[in-house]
Amino acid sequence: MSTRSLSKGCFVFKPSPKKRKVSRTTAYYFREGSSDLEDSELRFATCQSLQKQVKSETEQIEEELNEQLFDNLVSFLRRSHSAFQEKKTEWTCRTKSREIPTAALVLGVNVTDHDFTFRSLSEVLQNNVTPYIALLEAKDCPGIKNLMQKLLGQLMNCCIDVDSSEEEDYEHVSRSRVRCSMTTLINWYESATKRTDSETPGKKRTSSRHWQSPPVVVIFKDMESFTTKVLQDFVVISSQHIGEFPLVLIFGIATSPMIIHSLLPHSVSSLLCIELFQSLSCKDHLSTIIDKILLTTQFPLKLSEKVLQVLINIFLYHDFSVQNFIKGFQLCIVEHFHSNPLSVLCCQLEEAKRRVNSLSHNQCENVRRLPSFRRYVESQVSEKQIALLTVDSSLKEAVQKLLEDLNVYHENYFPILRCLHVFTSSLPKYPLGKQIRELHCACLENRVWETEEYESSLQLARMLNKSDLVTMLQKCVEILVSSPGREFDEIVEKLKEFLTQFQKLEEAYQERDESISPQKELQKKTNLYHLQKTLLELKESRRSKKLTKFEMLRFEVVDYIDSLVRHYLVPADHKTLHEIVYFNTASVLREHLNAAPRIALHTALNNPYSYLKSEVL
Amino acid sequence: MSLAECRSAGALEVKFVPDEDVLRHIADDAGIKVQKGKNQLIANTKRFVKKLEAISDDEAQEVLEEKSYVAVLGVCGEESMTNGSSVGGGEVYTFQTPKRSNKMAELASELAQTPGQSAVPDPSKCPEKTAKTPQSSKRSSSSQVQQKTKKNEFVSTTPYRLRKRLAAPDAQLESESEYSASCSEEEEGEEAQKEVSTVLSHQKTPAKTKAVSTPPSRKTLTKKKDNMNNLVEEYFEAHSSSKVLTSDRTLQKLRRKRLNQQTLHDLLQKSPLAYAAEIKELNQQYESLFSKWMLQLHLGFNIVLYGLGSKHDLLEKFRTSMLQDCVHLVVNGYFPSITVKSVLNSITEEVLDHIGTFRSPLDQLEFIVKRFKEDSSLELYVLIHNLDSQMLRGERSQQILAQLSSLPSIYLIASIDHINAPLMWDQAKQSLYNWLWYETTTFSPYVEETSYENSLLVQQSGSLALSSLTHVLRSLTPNARGIFRLLAQYQLENKDNASYPGLSFQDFYQQCREAFLVNSDLTLRAQLTEFRDHKLIRTKRGADGVEYLLIPVDDSTLSDFLEKEDEDI
Repeated sequence: MSTRSLSKGCFVFKPSPKKRKVSRTTAYYFREGSSDLEDSELRFATCQSLQKQVKSETEQIEEELNEQLFDNLVSFLRRSHSAFQEKKTEWTCRTKSREIPTAALVLGVNVTDHDFTFRSLSEVLQNNVTPYIALLEAKDCPGIKNLMQKLLGQLMNCCIDVDSSEEEDYEHVSRSRVRCSMTTLINWYESATKRTDSETPGKKRTSSRHWQSPPVVVIFKDMESFTTKVLQDFVVISSQHIGEFPLVLIFGIATSPMIIHSLLPHSVSSLLCIELFQSLSCKDHLSTIIDKILLTTQFPLKLSEKVLQVLINIFLYHDFSVQNFIKGFQLCIVEHFHSNPLSVLCCQLEEAKRRVNSLSHNQCENVRRLPSFRRYVESQVSEKQIALLTVDSSLKEAVQKLLEDLNVYHENYFPILRCLHVFTSSLPKYPLGKQIRELHCACLENRVWETEEYESSLQLARMLNKSDLVTMLQKCVEILVSSPGREFDEIVEKLKEFLTQFQKLEEAYQERDESISPQKELQKKTNLYHLQKTLLELKESRRSKKLTKFEMLRFEVVDYIDSLVRHYLVPADHKTLHEIVYFNTASVLREHLNAAPRIALHTALNNPYSYLKSEVL
Repeated sequence: MSLAECRSAGALEVKFVPDEDVLRHIADDAGIKVQKGKNQLIANTKRFVKKLEAISDDEAQEVLEEKSYVAVLGVCGEESMTNGSSVGGGEVYTFQTPKRSNKMAELASELAQTPGQSAVPDPSKCPEKTAKTPQSSKRSSSSQVQQKTKKNEFVSTTPYRLRKRLAAPDAQLESESEYSASCSEEEEGEEAQKEVSTVLSHQKTPAKTKAVSTPPSRKTLTKKKDNMNNLVEEYFEAHSSSKVLTSDRTLQKLRRKRLNQQTLHDLLQKSPLAYAAEIKELNQQYESLFSKWMLQLHLGFNIVLYGLGSKHDLLEKFRTSMLQDCVHLVVNGYFPSITVKSVLNSITEEVLDHIGTFRSPLDQLEFIVKRFKEDSSLELYVLIHNLDSQMLRGERSQQILAQLSSLPSIYLIASIDHINAPLMWDQAKQSLYNWLWYETTTFSPYVEETSYENSLLVQQSGSLALSSLTHVLRSLTPNARGIFRLLAQYQLENKDNASYPGLSFQDFYQQCREAFLVNSDLTLRAQLTEFRDHKLIRTKRGADGVEYLLIPVDDSTLSDFLEKEDEDI
């Protein structure tokens, strides 16, 4: 059947049921498309499990991050709700105050991630607080009428979800007919709550989950984009009826809470009882994700500096979306396992060692072809070289050892990186970056101790005062103690020794306090000439003065940190077999995530040679 | 980036051109009158140089920032880009609007350069140049013509240039005088500056003259293999693009103006596709990605193809090779009357076998989402050719398609062609679509996609319109026919008037009354409604609120129609 027609633009193709096979699995396509057939199933399985792991981990992180916010919101709802119940009894109160409890949720610029936030928020509320939740978006509500329609539609639908299905038809019809007004809403609310009250015992479970007479929560996802008039009208109208049913508003705000006051005139905003909630900024969110996912040994796959830069730049320059960042990371996983036949070894160490033993000859050849492995071979003695290049078993042994080395390297790398970050993040002007991800990139890129920034940060560190130094050292000790690395006992000992030395210094200082300060001598002189002379002398003496004990110690500490950095923060691409665990084709990532169609067109038209490779062009 | 380097190099050269030197030259060769002007010019030059330094400072910083951004994005990464996307954004986006400050700076550095080189007088310049021209024009016959005419223009219209050629020994004076000319006379300045750069390139690098002295073909040539980022060339590029060279060889000038559809088709069929082998190889490269696409579709991504050339055949091949055993939907976005509703309809009716209608596309979408969520065994591949077509690019349609594509068991693979197609999607839609971009530059002709469009080369026959006109009118009353005739005649009378808005209703009514065709404006309105229903006329309101009537048929058809009517009567 052809897809060319003069009368039709859509064509559906359904294979006949006989012919229809069980649809091919994803693994099949993985195998088909991968560059090397070796171990593709195993690779695919590893890839899948890793993806799942990452996904669950990120979800968990997000949950944790949002937990605080949601807890606050729920308690806010509870408070406003209890006020309503009280009001129900106190008639005076009810007539007097017409304020609508409102939560202003400051979320920051990003839009796409907020959908997830709101979705999980409404889930949380639905599970714990109330079934009556309406999510409104500005683009659906150009007028107050549309808003009410949307609101009623959502509320009544969610009511249906709770109720049994036979009522669905009735509700459905009524919705389209019913005039969307506040009265309808109130009537509906009363009937709905009444129904939940008179529910059969079998349904008690659902009602016990929610509170009695649950509040109606209306969430405005993007408050700034709503037209002022619609918002005003809605607030004014609903404030008239606030006594009759418990309404709570939640405003999603991208800019600042001030916007409420600039959008709504005082007469309207005074009808709102606003409480402010601040969600975590997306940058912090990203830092947490990077911290928990990339800067651990938990996941075997690592990103090279370029790849990480591309991802971070897409985040910073394009969308501020953590979801997209994670998506990019997922793509990295797929690409790595798909394109690299040796990625089969990219798993936890024990498993990897086992897999090394079952490597085929072809795979061994693949290992030999790795540039880092070649470098390693060249550094060996000649007999060893021959063995490595010809005998598979000796190669496997070496690979096992090297993988172990790599693992140890990572185990040491991250804690030391964190320690270094503790130092550099408190320096003025942040020569090595404020965020740990910048430091990480710098360390991955090349030998960090050869860079100018590192030099200057060391110099700055040599000027730190004692209390800072002590707190930093304490932090480092904490980090090292909590890390799983095996070699850190020694370092911890050394750092603790430094700490005690500082302690001693302090005591020594207190004793020395009585000594006469040079300033006192100064005051005796009144002659200008003499004053100058003494000042010069003082300067001279200061320059040539022997370092104090504290300064000596400080130098020692900084030098020690420097030695740690030189020892542990070797860039990964100096390590043998780093190709197995590092994904480093940044161009692929960029092409697929941050494509430039315009440039492609431009090149194709101006420089067809780059595509066609014809000599004529 | 290299631009900055070049410029700073130019700024350095300024130093070893002493003012006295320039002055001496002027004093020696030119009269007092000229000298005055020259002095000013020198002052100008100085100012320029100053400006230049300031600019290059700014620029350098800017460039630095840009560089760091570009570098981190991996544009200049050393990884070999498989396709030609290694071009930086700067090259694409700036060529249309050259910065004024750049121009000045380049101009200045050019000025600064000329005296330095003037130490060697170049009497052989003119003959050399004329000798060059035919050589370069061998490349294309079309450029030859232009080249020649240009040369003629140079000689005939600008006498000072003639003078310059005669007084060739003093190259320095010449170039400066040219510059002053370019300052005063805008349209000549363009040419003069070109001349300067040609002269310059002659003196400096004879190898480059070929490229420089053929302005029409230069653009396609330069970027090919030699990436010489010469200052002159950059300058030249900026200038040549500011004045768009539009060919005046329009279709009107063709001997055989219009062909009919069949002949055009046959002719096109006969002409072989250029670089067929390379294009085939390119396509094979893309075909090897098919299983990767399938993998990524299954992993929750959707795929969008972009790049020059029709991607119809590629997607079709993908469909036939990978999707034979799956339920799939092909949407021809380029189809003129495609709507998102028809897409949804074909999903609900043919894929889900649902009989019944929906109140709105949103309801329909809801239904589809529900069905796909309920039944996890349902899978649907959606191929959309030209997702950015006129009918689908609307915000609502894109929203619906995006929501559709975000379903885990609907796999979308689409192609886009419009240069600004990505602007269709905001953040929200983009995250729903979850695109993976693939560059597939195929260089194949857009045959299928444009088959619904009218070609400029094809003569519009209008026979269909004529037959429908007569058909409809035959079923009407004589009075109604008369009314239509009246309108048609009036329109033909005004066919030379390009801004003819149509016949206003009041005038029309008057005329109809005079011809005893209607007796009240109600009857006329009733007739017009009938015409409108058959799409014989179109009404539109003018700026003054008056209703204008127009027959939406071209004039030749209309006169044919009137002739025929006359015969009938």
